[in-house]
Amino acid sequence: MAYKNFILVCGGTGCESSRADEIYQNLVREAEAQGVKNDVQVVKTGCFGFCEKGPIVKVLPSESFYVEVKPEDAKEIIAEQVVKGREVKRLLYKKDAKAAENVKVEDIEFYQKQFRIVLRNCGVINPENIDEYIARDGYAALEKVLFQMKPEDVINELKISGLRGRGGAGFPTWRKWEFSRVPQADQKYVVCNADEGDPGAYMDRSTIEGDPHSVIEAMTICGKTIGATKGYVYIRAEYPLAIDRLKIAIQQAHDYGLLGKNILGSGFDFDLEIRLGAGAFVCGEETALLQSVEGKRGMPIPRPPFPAVKGLWGKPTVINNVETWANIPVIINKGGAWFAKIGTETSKGTKVFALTGKINNSGLVEVPMGTTLREIIFDIGGGIKGGKKFKGAQTGGPSGGIITADYLDTPIDYESLTALGSMMGSGGLIVMDEDDCVVNISKFYMEFCVDESCGKCAPCRVGTNQMHAILEKITDGKGTREDLDKLKKIGMAMKKAALCGLGQTAPNPTLSTLKYFEKDYLEHIDERKCVAGKCKKLVVFEIDPAKCIGCGLCARRCPVNCITGEKKQAHVIDKMKCIKCGECYNACKFGAIVKK
Amino acid sequence: MAKMTLDQLRKLREEKKQDLTRREVEGKEIQVIVGMGTCGIAAGAKQTFDEIVKAVEEYGLGKDVIIRQTGCMGLCYVEPTVEVVMPGMPTVIYGKMTADAAKELVRKHLVEKTLLENHIFDRPAVDIVKK
Repeated sequence: MAYKNFILVCGGTGCESSRADEIYQNLVREAEAQGVKNDVQVVKTGCFGFCEKGPIVKVLPSESFYVEVKPEDAKEIIAEQVVKGREVKRLLYKKDAKAAENVKVEDIEFYQKQFRIVLRNCGVINPENIDEYIARDGYAALEKVLFQMKPEDVINELKISGLRGRGGAGFPTWRKWEFSRVPQADQKYVVCNADEGDPGAYMDRSTIEGDPHSVIEAMTICGKTIGATKGYVYIRAEYPLAIDRLKIAIQQAHDYGLLGKNILGSGFDFDLEIRLGAGAFVCGEETALLQSVEGKRGMPIPRPPFPAVKGLWGKPTVINNVETWANIPVIINKGGAWFAKIGTETSKGTKVFALTGKINNSGLVEVPMGTTLREIIFDIGGGIKGGKKFKGAQTGGPSGGIITADYLDTPIDYESLTALGSMMGSGGLIVMDEDDCVVNISKFYMEFCVDESCGKCAPCRVGTNQMHAILEKITDGKGTREDLDKLKKIGMAMKKAALCGLGQTAPNPTLSTLKYFEKDYLEHIDERKCVAGKCKKLVVFEIDPAKCIGCGLCARRCPVNCITGEKKQAHVIDKMKCIKCGECYNACKFGAIVKK
Repeated sequence: MAKMTLDQLRKLREEKKQDLTRREVEGKEIQVIVGMGTCGIAAGAKQTFDEIVKAVEEYGLGKDVIIRQTGCMGLCYVEPTVEVVMPGMPTVIYGKMTADAAKELVRKHLVEKTLLENHIFDRPAVDIVKK
């Protein structure tokens, strides 16, 4: 059958929730109804990364890149593009509303600075069709490992590549594998950490949703290399779509004989099982995760011994993060040297970031290591929403820190971020503008850690609670200067004494903001003021009678009806009833509402 | 499908690769554009298109050629029409491209790099958008 057109519909969670599945169904139905179902292949693919403008629909070979598509548009796309061969101009991506010229995919700035290794198949293939993965050199790396390479060769290739763990800490992957390969054991295990828990991070979810076979292939390669026949993917139950696609992929790999007994006639057996996590943040920590896989309560245990030596059920276990896995087949196919050419001296390859917050193009981006934060935020991300001023970028979630405008030009790699008091983390990147209060954000992250601390060790259990209490005191306007010293002291103690990564890194957001934004803390303490207006107890909203024209817009927006006044007369806010939500402030067109 | 051997996997990959390369655009320098206005379709442009796809694959040109459709080129009297854009060759609009002629076109123009006599009807008008 010869298709004339190919319509790729984004099937990532972001676009699915804006009705991408309906778009897909409608396209299929319309193609049938308009009698062109043999002319067009409609494919549901993984995340394109350009989530800000989702749902995304791309038509080939004309390369029409449609954004913010609605299910109702399906009819027109089929009628115009497939039947008549014309683009649907109004749906094409435009740089801004005023620009008349439509932009081609390769000209969209969002994609220009990206280099996609991990996301190589996302938005290109149908993740539920193993044939498309195979066509893009899928399982070719496995072939090589099964029939041509010795385990030592595989590890050597990884060593040359310089690949480091993408879960956050950046431990060299080849060393983990080597630690597990060397000891003799009756059973060894391979585990994929897909327990992505940082608020605002969705790199791993999108990778599994868009290209599940890359993880399966990589884990099988590892099994062969270290001598394991069993693997587990630990994925959170909150990712239903990723789980579904992974299940389908595992089944297809089984049917093709790419998993199971005697893979491709090589005599090597390997099988995968999915383990669902209940969504505890601590289970992203490797030892806690392994406990959870074993069916025990997810709590970390002291290392060493490291899992590579003594992991699941006491056996040597290689545990890597989704993104790390997705790199492996490419490294085997193209060689470690190819991979090592990308990136910086100490950090090779690329990194996927989930770009969120006050940014124009939120989405999923993959850039070579060494790209600067400025390039990511201003070139790829299109700058700050509403033309506001950049305040800071939070990396590494509750374990990371905030990077300020002064350091925008630092090339990003593991070392540079750690030196700035943040960390690479798994790749969440939250952009903040002048309206964000860093004290309040530190409090938010600390609250998260209080909830997520497993409670096993005192430094973390007590420390997070104490730090949270102090931060609350400051945001309530009752803080003292001594409190800042206390925060630092407790934070340093936790970093040294906590049992696992969660507790050791929980103080990071607070410590890094204390370092770079001490002024903001002091304002809260000395002047009892929150300039950004986010700490509710410190803000008072008032109406400037000189500026108010009495249009009544604020009164209509107010959710608690605390604004009153006659038409065309200055209005008044009842401060007792006001919940300080800021709706009136955003609504007023005359700048008459004052935040104090 | 039953479990595969190594050879079967390799064969499947080659087959499926062809399917996927048809979707790709990058690095392809030759464009074959089939006029698919109402007039073209009525004159059998769909069969022409299928034939071109088949012939391009037979000659193993899949990785170099983009086959796309467009609207009416204005030469309704010689439909189906096919425009070929190829480096080193003049851009030509061919007319009366029945399925058989389409096969010839691929062989002559794309493989042997000579023009297909008796079917040349025009060269495209100046593109005012680009000029």
